[in-house]
Amino acid sequence: MRWLRVGALLVVFGLLIAAAGWMRPYGEPVRTDMDAYFLERTPEEVVVTNVVTAVVFDYRGFDTLGEATVLFTAVMAVALILRRWRR
Amino acid sequence: MSVVVRTVTRLLVPLALIFGAYVIMHGHLTPGGGFQGGAVLASVVALLIVAFGAERLRRRQTSLTSVEDLGALMFVVLAFVGIGSTFFYNALAGARGLFGGTEAGSLWAGGTVPLMNWAVGLKVMAGLGSIVLLMALFGGDDDR
Repeated sequence: MRWLRVGALLVVFGLLIAAAGWMRPYGEPVRTDMDAYFLERTPEEVVVTNVVTAVVFDYRGFDTLGEATVLFTAVMAVALILRRWRR
Repeated sequence: MSVVVRTVTRLLVPLALIFGAYVIMHGHLTPGGGFQGGAVLASVVALLIVAFGAERLRRRQTSLTSVEDLGALMFVVLAFVGIGSTFFYNALAGARGLFGGTEAGSLWAGGTVPLMNWAVGLKVMAGLGSIVLLMALFGGDDDR
């Protein structure tokens, strides 16, 4: 059983190493249409120099709303479970 | 905690507050933003808990959660500003109103983006801060 586990781990490790060899070189993504769009349009459309912020709060704002909801739910759950109830 | 820790905390808290506010305020110009600046501000709450004990901050817990609700509400209201076109449409950008500068790179440009940075910054600060505070309060009161 122990050797089975070690073997499975080695197989996964080997697959990861092989996948790392297959990776595209850094800085050459498969598609560049979207990043070119954002980099060109952000200064005029959002009037902002930080393109990441423009994507997070403007182009993909709905995604950020979900992210904020996750944090809100986490705080709500912690407050619900850990606060001291009146006895 | 010891006198040394308390004194260093008293020195560090204003600096950390200024740094967090800076990261939030310049979120649309430099690396960083609401989430990152809010995390810096939440570290101030954690530092205060470590130095002075959670019991001294117990009464602030309600106001912290209120600030988090306020930040979330601000975020959703700002998302509805551009509802004329789409949800989350940046109607204030370049509109010569609040944050309506026309030059990218100006602090007073970007429309709803800097305002949303502030909303999310407040929200993350109060949210993470109240999580840390609630966990510290739950762990019992050992502020020595």
